[in-house]
Amino acid sequence: MAYDKFNLLKSTAVPLPIENVDTDQIIPARFLKATERKGFGDNLFRDWRYNPDDTPKTHFVLNNPIYKGKILVGGKNFGSGSSREHAAWAVYDYGFRCVVSSFFADIFRNNCLNIGVLPVQISPEFLDKIFKAIEVDPNTEFEVSLPEQTFTILSTGEMETFGINAYKKGNLSNGFDDIDYLLNLKKDIESFADTRPF
Amino acid sequence: MSNTLFDKVWDTHVVKKIKNGPDVFFIDRHLVHEVTSPVAFLGLKNRDIPVLYPERTFATADHNTPTINQHLPVKDPLSANQLKALEKNAAEHGIPYWGLGHEKNGIVHVIGPENGITLPGATIVCGDSHTSTHGAFGAIAFGIGTSEVEMVLATQCIMQPKPKSMRININGALSFGVTPKDVALYIISKLTTSGATGYFVEYAGDVFKSMSMEGRMTVCNLSIEMGARGGMIAPDETTFEYIKEREFTPKGEAWDKAMEYWQTLYTEDNAVFDKELTFDAADIEPMITYGTNPGMGTGISNGIPKAENVEGGAATYQKSLAYMDFNEGEDIKGKSIDFVFLGSCTNGRIEDFRAFASVVKGRKKANNVTAWLVPGSHKVEDAIKEEGILEILHEAGFELREPGCSACLAMNDDKVPAGKYAVSTSNRNFEGRQGPGSRTLLASPLVAAAAAVTGKVTDPRELLTMETSNN
Repeated sequence: MAYDKFNLLKSTAVPLPIENVDTDQIIPARFLKATERKGFGDNLFRDWRYNPDDTPKTHFVLNNPIYKGKILVGGKNFGSGSSREHAAWAVYDYGFRCVVSSFFADIFRNNCLNIGVLPVQISPEFLDKIFKAIEVDPNTEFEVSLPEQTFTILSTGEMETFGINAYKKGNLSNGFDDIDYLLNLKKDIESFADTRPF
Repeated sequence: MSNTLFDKVWDTHVVKKIKNGPDVFFIDRHLVHEVTSPVAFLGLKNRDIPVLYPERTFATADHNTPTINQHLPVKDPLSANQLKALEKNAAEHGIPYWGLGHEKNGIVHVIGPENGITLPGATIVCGDSHTSTHGAFGAIAFGIGTSEVEMVLATQCIMQPKPKSMRININGALSFGVTPKDVALYIISKLTTSGATGYFVEYAGDVFKSMSMEGRMTVCNLSIEMGARGGMIAPDETTFEYIKEREFTPKGEAWDKAMEYWQTLYTEDNAVFDKELTFDAADIEPMITYGTNPGMGTGISNGIPKAENVEGGAATYQKSLAYMDFNEGEDIKGKSIDFVFLGSCTNGRIEDFRAFASVVKGRKKANNVTAWLVPGSHKVEDAIKEEGILEILHEAGFELREPGCSACLAMNDDKVPAGKYAVSTSNRNFEGRQGPGSRTLLASPLVAAAAAVTGKVTDPRELLTMETSNN
């Protein structure tokens, strides 16, 4: 589905300084039974966020009102494991538009890009600075610029650039999706398919 | 230059190259299951477009299905609804659907190869990260998200940047009691769960050449657990022998023509990889994991490593051990366990059941263990019966369940309770993976069998040696 355009985002951020956050943590398998894409945000980080009796775990960051914003900052190797796009949907549905880490798992990164969540990969050193800035002041604001491909800590002005391929950048800033593009290539695809032996 | 196995297959599937962007990549065969497909079909409906090539897509029900009483209506209304949605979507678009009770039903990565859908040199995708399994046949196979499932249904293509290439060589012979699962867990323990992210792996060397197709599938299946999008092994006589005469493989002249092509699918001697690693088969012993990701594995006779010897943050490591209620430096052998799970797309094939039976034969299931033995498909189930394995299992006090993903991801009722330990032949030991609060130790079918009859983590070589010396 087409999604909101992404250009400039200015927001506070929610810190999750844990490495190897896998998609089973982002959304456990038992919440994948829906046949429509809605309501996944309620179960984002379900088992870290809620006790078995559904009461909130007070120490978890999403249950702490001092942390809020549209940016989620995670430790190294964020989104490893299952290919479930539900993980990216849960992140989006909760209200995040950008996930920052020093390293992303491939499929999760792709899934984010395909639904309009911007994965921003920065150096481990800069990631530490972001975590520290939030620790000092949870109201620290950050700016993500897709056109400039920069992530800035607004209180200090410290900034780092991030990579994204030009095609995906265009899609995100215009709210286009890959299917629109592929449907336009239907003739080429059909001629190609005719050459396949199986 | 197309001179690696990976390049040869990738480059022949590029419909169009986009400058500074991904390739428009053609998919030969597409597998769908009930969990990651409904929103994709909904997308087609919203755009009012058909499936472009329904004959290139195959559907099964596996992730969210019960493993007992499959002949009865599915009790959980949400699961029943999801299964009904797939059946309806498949019928509407003319896609073959092998639902519960169908003779070809089973785990998507078991039935693909079993029915000859998986072929050398093909590109195969599925909304499931363990699609890497099919690389065992020299195919490029990888998991995709639901947006991409919709792309494949609508256009038979996805937009995919070409990954970097990595070759992992293991030469020499595997020691007694060491299985393909141990090889994979060993590699992942060396590379960590992110060590191959961004790469597509080719497995090469004596160990893989002499491995069965079932073993190769286990290894390729676990490629994703070190972050690789997929892994592949050059097709050879073992491969051709396996696929010959299966339902969807080419026949007659088409087979001969395909064979001509398949014989060219190998990496040239002068090929260069972006990264190349070599391990020695003799260094690998039966493996088991002690933490909450598949990279946290150790040889069964070694203890749990100390935090200072582990790459990555000590805080994350200690959080993981705290979840498992294990301590640094402890022995893993001898730890009491509660559950054993034999099955999944990693180790749910006939060879895995043979291995399990070889250990439990003439022994009894330990009283403290609940065991779930779940075949990967009805065909595997049939073979278990035909080969007399079922009798061995029954005599040892085990029951066989019906096919499905089962406790690997615990979407159905096969959930390990909070705080309990499960030795599992599946692929992920993430927190809560096998049920909220569950604690998973990943291992081979031999290690799982040894745990099932002793009630604790046991080196299967001790049991197998005993048996050999008794005879």
